[in-house]
Amino acid sequence: MHDVYNFVSGPLVWVSFIIFFGGCLYRLISMAVLAKKKDVFVYEYMSFKYGLRSIFHWIIPFGTVKWRKNPILTIVTFTFHICLILVPIFLCAHVILWKESWDIGWWYFSDTTADILTGIVIACCVFFLIRRIVLPEVKYLTSVSDYVILAMVAAPFITGFWTYHQWPGCKIIGIVHIVAGEIMLVAIPFTRLIHMVYFPFTRGYIGSEFGAVRNAKDW
Amino acid sequence: MAEPAMKQSDETGEIFDKGIDKGLARLTPEKIEQVINKVLSAETGARLKTYVNTCVHCGLCSEACHYYLSHDNDPKFSPAGKVKQTIWEILKKKGKVDHKFLKKAAEIAYTECNLCRRCAMYCPFGIDIAYLISIVRRICHMLGVTPLYIQDTAHSHSATLNQMWVKEDEWVDSLFWQEEEAQDEIPSLRIPVEKEGAEIFYSVIAPEPKFRAQLIYQAAVIMNVAGVDFTMPATPGWDNSDQCMFTGDYEIMGRLKKAHFETAMRLKVKRIVMGECGHAFRSVYDVGNRWLAWKMPPIPVTHAVEFYYELLKQGKIKITKKYDKPVTLQDPCNISRGRGLHEKARYVVNALCEEFIDMQPNREHNYCCCAGGGVINTGPPYKMKRIDGNRVKAEQLFAAKARGAKVVIAPCHNCHGGIEDINHHYGLDMELHFLGDIIYKIMEKPV
Repeated sequence: MHDVYNFVSGPLVWVSFIIFFGGCLYRLISMAVLAKKKDVFVYEYMSFKYGLRSIFHWIIPFGTVKWRKNPILTIVTFTFHICLILVPIFLCAHVILWKESWDIGWWYFSDTTADILTGIVIACCVFFLIRRIVLPEVKYLTSVSDYVILAMVAAPFITGFWTYHQWPGCKIIGIVHIVAGEIMLVAIPFTRLIHMVYFPFTRGYIGSEFGAVRNAKDW
Repeated sequence: MAEPAMKQSDETGEIFDKGIDKGLARLTPEKIEQVINKVLSAETGARLKTYVNTCVHCGLCSEACHYYLSHDNDPKFSPAGKVKQTIWEILKKKGKVDHKFLKKAAEIAYTECNLCRRCAMYCPFGIDIAYLISIVRRICHMLGVTPLYIQDTAHSHSATLNQMWVKEDEWVDSLFWQEEEAQDEIPSLRIPVEKEGAEIFYSVIAPEPKFRAQLIYQAAVIMNVAGVDFTMPATPGWDNSDQCMFTGDYEIMGRLKKAHFETAMRLKVKRIVMGECGHAFRSVYDVGNRWLAWKMPPIPVTHAVEFYYELLKQGKIKITKKYDKPVTLQDPCNISRGRGLHEKARYVVNALCEEFIDMQPNREHNYCCCAGGGVINTGPPYKMKRIDGNRVKAEQLFAAKARGAKVVIAPCHNCHGGIEDINHHYGLDMELHFLGDIIYKIMEKPV
């Protein structure tokens, strides 16, 4: 058990972070190179000002007509994405791991806060799952991969929650938690989770087209 | 001589379209695969790849689409739903798709999407779904699987450089004819043809000389009264319209825009002013120029709405008495989402009319008329599809009517065609006008 723990919390962490950062970088660079080769005008029309203007509106809750028209989804989506990023970074147990390995540390959530935020992420995942099953327009677009991606995102939080509460089998689940986190990191560059990296570019580009060429808003 | 009535669909609702059906009959599986992959590898790149990889299948684009809303939220009509049925499948099967699939894909791309770009404003990632559907159209064009009626206009563009098979002498004759007609009203009026060095090249779409010649008359009156130094060419290149942009025939689109810009250069004008047409503006200002490698058009292009705005603002045309019927305004996609002219349009409407009642939603968020993007040009076989596909427009207009609007102003030819059909089918009983109609009616004219 210790060997497995040491492996998944040692070399595998390295591997997954390298794949995550390397993969994201690779996807970004290959997109840029391909755009230069095949869609060169994208560079011509990309506008810093209008791209940012569009991104800014879309990352503000209720900052767009779309967000305002679907208030529940907007709240869930923003809460989910914010917690998804903040919890792993500012979780006490994770900060301790950084401290032990690298002797670096930063502010962290209290355990109770982290516990609640984790619960929120899980609840949001359930919301997305139900949405996918129940709403016809989402169901129609859904394939197996969508469930797999959702499961990959939910898994680290469910297993983390389990481990923290020391429920039965928490030692094994703890290992599963680490692996699940690593799988998610590795999956980001190679699945539709890449939207995390591509968002500023797709939004920025359409914002540039709408703003700089068409003199119109895109939100 | 009347043509015998053709059966346009069978009892299952399958629509017969000679252009699509005969085109498909010529294709082998190998040819289909080869053509699709050629288009994908030669003409698509980072944008297609990034869009497909980024879409998280969330369905948030759905409520942007008038087809989706008009079909009681049927997911097959959602923007991403249409992408799923076309480009996703093409990519998944690496071009190995069959005839049945292609027929459906062509129908979706040409008759169930107006390329109105409203969905780009509802997708959080700003995925340009109109672009994705355009790729499907391009593939269909390269395969020779295009709806008959719109293909006919594309042929006309190719042979005559105008959309309506208007011959050169007919064109010049139409101008002289309208000049003569208008001289009955204003004896000094001229439509200066081929005037080198004029300030403005006034360009129209071919349906104007073909069906709506009175618009040329009205424009001539407005230009003359306002003292505008304008000209219209006697040569091909006078037509600013472009159905090839919509069939996917970008080579011809390039020829059309080149002829248009070169005509302006030859006449040494300072800018092109266009009549009240949306798709032509999109072609000249946004799409056609890009094919010719002009980031922006090589010569300034002004849409009629903006031009009227200038004339009114500068006091070049004066109003005798404001138009007294309550009006509402259709914001055409290609000049609101496509150029941000909605505020100027409101200035013009308010300057002309006593009472203006806005539609909801409006400006960039207005619903498309469902005629644009070449959809009305696919002709009678798809007419009901187009009308059923825009029930929300009827509802939107009924709501404006309930608040008192009696007249719809639609400063776009396609919007006109689309709303005219919706008006009749849903029994709206509203009047429909161009801005030019109203200006002509109420402006001060020399006695």
